Amino acid sequence: MSEQLEFRKAIRDALDEEIERDPSVVFFGEDVALAGGVFMTTPGLHEKHGPERVFDTPISELAMAGAAFGAAVTGLRPVIEIMFGDFMALPMDSLVNQAAKFWYVSNEQASVPLVVRSAVGAGGRFGAMHSQIHGTWYQGIPGIKVVGPSNPADAKGLLKSAIRDDNPVIFLEHKRLYSTKGPQPTEETVPLGKAAVVREGADITVVSALRGVRDALEAADELAEQGIDVEVVDIRSLRPLDHETVLESVAKTNRVMLLEEGPRVGGWAANLLGIIAAEGLEELDDAWILTTGDTPAPYSPTLEDAWLPAGAEVAAAVCERLGVAAAPS
Amino acid sequence: MAGTQTERAHERRDEPGETAAEYLDRYGRMRLIRRFEEEIQRLFLKGEVHGTTHLSAGQEAVPVGVCSALEPDDYVAGTYRGHGHALAKGTDPEALAAEMLGRRTGVCGGRAGSMNVIDLAHGLVGCFGIVGGSIAAATGAGVSAQRQGKVAVAFFGDGASNQGYFHECLNWAQVYDLPIVYVCENNFYGEFTPMATVTAGGEIGIRAASFGMQSQVLDGNDLWAVREAALEAVHRARAGEGPTLLECQTYRHYGHSKSDPAKYRPPDEVERWLARDPLDLTRVRLLDMGLSEEDVAAKDAEMDAQIERVVENALAAPYPDPDQDSGTEFKR
Repeated sequence: MSEQLEFRKAIRDALDEEIERDPSVVFFGEDVALAGGVFMTTPGLHEKHGPERVFDTPISELAMAGAAFGAAVTGLRPVIEIMFGDFMALPMDSLVNQAAKFWYVSNEQASVPLVVRSAVGAGGRFGAMHSQIHGTWYQGIPGIKVVGPSNPADAKGLLKSAIRDDNPVIFLEHKRLYSTKGPQPTEETVPLGKAAVVREGADITVVSALRGVRDALEAADELAEQGIDVEVVDIRSLRPLDHETVLESVAKTNRVMLLEEGPRVGGWAANLLGIIAAEGLEELDDAWILTTGDTPAPYSPTLEDAWLPAGAEVAAAVCERLGVAAAPS
Repeated sequence: MAGTQTERAHERRDEPGETAAEYLDRYGRMRLIRRFEEEIQRLFLKGEVHGTTHLSAGQEAVPVGVCSALEPDDYVAGTYRGHGHALAKGTDPEALAAEMLGRRTGVCGGRAGSMNVIDLAHGLVGCFGIVGGSIAAATGAGVSAQRQGKVAVAFFGDGASNQGYFHECLNWAQVYDLPIVYVCENNFYGEFTPMATVTAGGEIGIRAASFGMQSQVLDGNDLWAVREAALEAVHRARAGEGPTLLECQTYRHYGHSKSDPAKYRPPDEVERWLARDPLDLTRVRLLDMGLSEEDVAAKDAEMDAQIERVVENALAAPYPDPDQDSGTEFKR
């Protein structure tokens, strides 16, 4: 059996291989070159590929996105790192009004092949301005793809697909996944816009994303001991949103819980629940969502742990809803 | 008058071999833009052009002077007051008019309208409906241009110099010595508000100094002055010596947009600027260079006839068909 792959190395290897494979790929961001990235996701890339291909930038997220957009429509394939997802409010005009609209508004003269990588998510005690997941800020924008992996193999394959894709892609990397390990990829790339059934089950479907998939899988193991057979779907892509895979799963299990690290209103889970209701109501016996609290992410460990929908809470929520006594913790 | 002084000062520094015929062509392009804008205004009032429009009449010497210093495959990013930017860079006037009219034959198939024109075949990476957006687009094009031996130009207004885009991108371009010419069309009003009341420091050009960037403040109604400054900046960019900021002072003849009669501008100020109409200044100068009234009148007639033909053809073109022309969200 081959060695397990660490998530952060999967990100690094995908970048390394794509910069090597395609001379039009350039990678830039804050602290990504000399320092190797604040989460150590990009060490050695600058040294290996040189300053033309991998370089540090000013702390200017708006200029960075604009530079990526303008470069992408004139022949380059930029990958940029906006260090924390929370900072993605700053480059929003360029990404929303320039990159996302270009293909359509130009009457398909050219597309905008750029990728924006960011570290996202709570649980690291980073507080309110370094813990958000901006996927849903961008999910409602036509012309921009939003994807994020839950495991190392997908991290590598999805990032390679994102870099090869001809459209702008927002790429979400959950901070509490960087140090996780998993099997090596079996395929070179993972398609964008496709959800994955990561555990098959018959009794209930749990749909999640990013770190939430890992939490759902752990909950599924716990629930299996109580005879509850959970199917877990990793949505992987928020736009396009692969509701077909979810509907197929729900047709089998008739129950669905959507687990999102984000607020209840305006999230992808509520959005997907609406699609399930509109297109699969006759298949449904029960459907609900589990999210964070509605406040900004708190700092103190007791507060943040209570705010996050994770751990035993996930299994307990399923038990409660199914009317089964939860396992003693 | 001040304009004449400027013209004389520049006269001696014309590039050797620059003929009156070449300047007559540049004048013709300015006339084309002027007539284009007049027709768009007329068609707007008739309900043929929809939504809103931002006309550039009065500012023609800036894009024509700057683009005359560029190669066809250099990049330009324009603003929502961008018809002149597109026409100066080489966009087909008929395709541009058809775009304004929402027709299928428009340069963007009728998907863009007046504010968001894109014409990559002529190096126009876009016109942007958000103040300052062109600065970012040209900065990014500059990243590519540096690797391709090309130059990128951003046109933007005085208002954009108070956006984050301006400060972030000028710093960025200077840090990497990008081959970019930032052209501020200072028409002294950000929408309806006098520039001086909302802009610290008096001049915009002076802001370049804080980035260690070359800059020049110049008479944007003087075609010769604009061209000369642009030639110098483009030369510097192509030589790998980095970006330049040009503040071109000019004036719009219409209001900010279609709904704006521009009553906030003092009548004597308007009068002063109308007396310095860039087309009139250019015409006087062409006569000084030895052209006859007839030469200039013939160019006028040629351009007027072209615009008449362009508008007629654009009006006759079909609208997009939602069944065929609705397009896709993503490139597949």
